[in-house]
Amino acid sequence: MSDHEYVPSSKFGKWFNDRLPLLSLASHLTDYPTPKNLNYWWTFGGILTFCLITQIVTGLTLAMHYIAHADMAFESVEHIMRDVNYGWLIRYIHANGASMFFLAVYIHIFRSLFYGSYKSPREIIWIIGIIIYLLMMAAAFMGYVLPWGQMSFWGATVITNLFSAIPLVGEGIVNWLWGGYSVDNPTLTRFFTLHYLIPFLILGLVVLHIWALHVPGNNNPVGIDVKKPSKDTVPFHPYIVIKDGFALLMFMIVFAFFVFYSPNILGHADNYIEANPMVTPAHIVPEWYLLPFYAILRSVPDKLMGVVAMLSAILILAALPWLDTSKIRSAVFRPLYKQFYWILVVDVLVLGYVGAMPAEGLYLLIARVATAYYFIHFLIILPVLGFKEKTIPLPLSITEPVLGGMPMASAVKKKESLN
Amino acid sequence: MKNILKISYSIIFLLVGTLTVNAAEKVDLLKTDWSFKGLFGKFDRGALQRGYQVYSEVCAGCHSMKYVSYRNLFEPGGPEFTEEQAKAIAASFEVTDGPNNDGEMFVRPAKLSDKFVMPFENVKAAQAANGGAYPPDMSVLAKARSGGVDYIYSVLLGYEDPPSGVTLDEGVYYNKYMYGNKIKMSQPLMDDAVEYSDGTKATEEQMAKDVTTFLMWAAEPHLESRHKMGFKAILYLIILTILVYFSMKKIWSRIESEV
Repeated sequence: MSDHEYVPSSKFGKWFNDRLPLLSLASHLTDYPTPKNLNYWWTFGGILTFCLITQIVTGLTLAMHYIAHADMAFESVEHIMRDVNYGWLIRYIHANGASMFFLAVYIHIFRSLFYGSYKSPREIIWIIGIIIYLLMMAAAFMGYVLPWGQMSFWGATVITNLFSAIPLVGEGIVNWLWGGYSVDNPTLTRFFTLHYLIPFLILGLVVLHIWALHVPGNNNPVGIDVKKPSKDTVPFHPYIVIKDGFALLMFMIVFAFFVFYSPNILGHADNYIEANPMVTPAHIVPEWYLLPFYAILRSVPDKLMGVVAMLSAILILAALPWLDTSKIRSAVFRPLYKQFYWILVVDVLVLGYVGAMPAEGLYLLIARVATAYYFIHFLIILPVLGFKEKTIPLPLSITEPVLGGMPMASAVKKKESLN
Repeated sequence: MKNILKISYSIIFLLVGTLTVNAAEKVDLLKTDWSFKGLFGKFDRGALQRGYQVYSEVCAGCHSMKYVSYRNLFEPGGPEFTEEQAKAIAASFEVTDGPNNDGEMFVRPAKLSDKFVMPFENVKAAQAANGGAYPPDMSVLAKARSGGVDYIYSVLLGYEDPPSGVTLDEGVYYNKYMYGNKIKMSQPLMDDAVEYSDGTKATEEQMAKDVTTFLMWAAEPHLESRHKMGFKAILYLIILTILVYFSMKKIWSRIESEV
């Protein structure tokens, strides 16, 4: 890190920086050498930071008006929507913000999968990312319970009941989670508490995520190590800041369309019906971003095994740096991996689709095939591919593909058509 | 290897194709032009006022609207009755208030700040009066059904004689668009069920459209300001994005010219 040499120009600045090196930190962040060939898929880290802050700020404001009580939660949300000044705006930003957050995190994760950003020396960044993703799912699930609509209530019932699959102590754990013998007011109040806590845990982990990133520096589309600082890198400010800013604004336009013109399209209509323990909805479906895992859960006939499969589907990602045996990071130089990557993308989309459908007939069959393929991808294809695949030779530096109208990209295309 | 990939691609596309066909096997809801849809969508003031009339004369006997206040009736973006009209509407209802200084509950005319008075004391009373079925609260009904306003509009106009082979219990009616086709509400709207004070002819379709518009407003009272603000916000974002794009080009040109 080059910032060690940073010396503030003012006397006070030097005095302060000797005691708390905040200015050194700021200098490190602005000068941080970043590969100059990062494409727009790399802007989603910044976008995710924006999403987290948006959720925290709107969430704090909502919490000032929301009442975490089974008899009043639904009504207090309607109070926010009708009587609180711009309450509708804050709530719609928060509700759609969750979806936008997941949209961005999925792009961020799949970018990492494509360019091999999880590989050495970035395994810790990746694992922290997986923990953040798990916490996001917990926060989103508990947040969805808070309006105390029908989907809130029944979603909470279905998901908490999963713990009853644990042998011997399952029932006890579920009652402990509920704070009673069914999802009720004690469940709601503890979910509210945890929903308030988790974002700050995520914030802390994001700091670690970025810290761990700043040790080896960014991966890049070519996937080779860059010397820093050098001709291959640019300082974070202004080059990356303005690029991230531009991408963020594009993202905000999409976000705004949802908030202002289709604020309820990503939600389920049943959640505008107040929770009723006596009436079960026809289909209980989670929010769209949890659907692939819901499909995996339901594709296994045994409850315990279903839960194990669902959890493994997420936890397997943490082992990815070791499951992927290829030394080459970027899929650009791995013609076969690239194909399998896109099959995985389609597989996850298919899982998401069948997750929204009733678990029967053809849907169930597809869910099972897609679930099996998901695990085959990580447990068989990736380890084998590292040994079998003929990769394309890597360039010596990222300046080579950047210079002279992308000669590398055209070379890659030629190779592909020869196959 | 190539063949395996080709085969797997075709399987996926086949499956996606089948699923789309399956999903299409649904009853098509009746469509009508809603003035509140689209980028600049606004409520039709006349439709909202007529819709309130249909609601109060036809629906309100059974369906509550407990999150809407009488003051909402004259607030901007809604039916925009005059304050006097809204006061008069409120005053035609009675609410129990109290306790007063003597510790007694008392009945008084409703005020603008009161929520719409409910037709039944509670859910049980509503069920008891309606053959066991609870007439759902209408405050957010337009958002609480998939299909939204189109669904409500269709159900209102979807009553017909049951097809042969379908037998209905006493007090159950056949509706083409209702989930499961069985509904415990008898056909609420017949031609001239209400007499519109603005002279509009009260056909079944007209009333269905008006009352559904009113329900949409009840569910989303800030819809108009949302659309207005959305247009400004997105326009602002687009202009800012363009400016930032050119700033970005300018800044990055330093690097690109250097190498």
